[in-house]
Amino acid sequence: MAVTAKIKIVNVTVSKQVKDTRPVNLDLTTVRFPLPAITSILHRISGVALFFGIGVMLYFLQLSLESKAGFERVLELMATAPVKIILWLILSGLLYHLIAGVKHLLMDWGMGESREGALRGAQVTLFLTAIAVILAWVMIW
Amino acid sequence: MGHDMVINATSLSRSGLSDWMIQRLSAVILAAYTVFILATLATNPEMDYDSWRDFFGKNSVRLFSVISLLALCGHAWVGMWTVGTDYLTGRQLGAKGAFIRRVYQSFCVLLIAVYLLWGIQIFWGS
Repeated sequence: MAVTAKIKIVNVTVSKQVKDTRPVNLDLTTVRFPLPAITSILHRISGVALFFGIGVMLYFLQLSLESKAGFERVLELMATAPVKIILWLILSGLLYHLIAGVKHLLMDWGMGESREGALRGAQVTLFLTAIAVILAWVMIW
Repeated sequence: MGHDMVINATSLSRSGLSDWMIQRLSAVILAAYTVFILATLATNPEMDYDSWRDFFGKNSVRLFSVISLLALCGHAWVGMWTVGTDYLTGRQLGAKGAFIRRVYQSFCVLLIAVYLLWGIQIFWGS
């Protein structure tokens, strides 16, 4: 998020200083995204995805709690490949969002705010997520 | 650049600082709840219906669940609002930007309201 904010400030400053006819480079495909920028946008994407994933989780929770038959039905569904994959995707999004969120809070606290620190933070975020996502797969399967 | 970005800034608390605080407080609650539930699932892999129901029937778990649900609603709103005001603007979408963002925000509010009522019914209904 810190990186996104920086890009925006640069754009505003540039567009105020130069003449309107000068082209502004907003073609995102021509911008090189450093790793912290990628983990930042993934944090947003996983958040939006979770906004809908919550509905799926609430549905399964309700079904599992409403009756013994409902609970058995959830176990039955969770034995099928499509449901396993959906739950694993939601859980992966949740774990990524959680880990990236903890990193975000640490950065709020002042940790890893340098260029090197931000890169290291992004690397650790991806590394821990990879482990967590594999564990989630093992747990579900 | 459109001025609508500023005029229509209907954040959760109408203050960026409070939104910032809500986002972080709710994040901590949601992180704790997520770890709590995942740890419970990991340490009790063979739960049957009765123990599952008893677990969510405990008053402590009910309270934690409902507090987390409220945190989720605040967290989702601030997050979705931020995403909407960054990408669904007059700059990206032209003249209809503000209208599209309003529709998007209404949809978000509606879904959050559904989650809130539905969640309370699940956690405290039975």
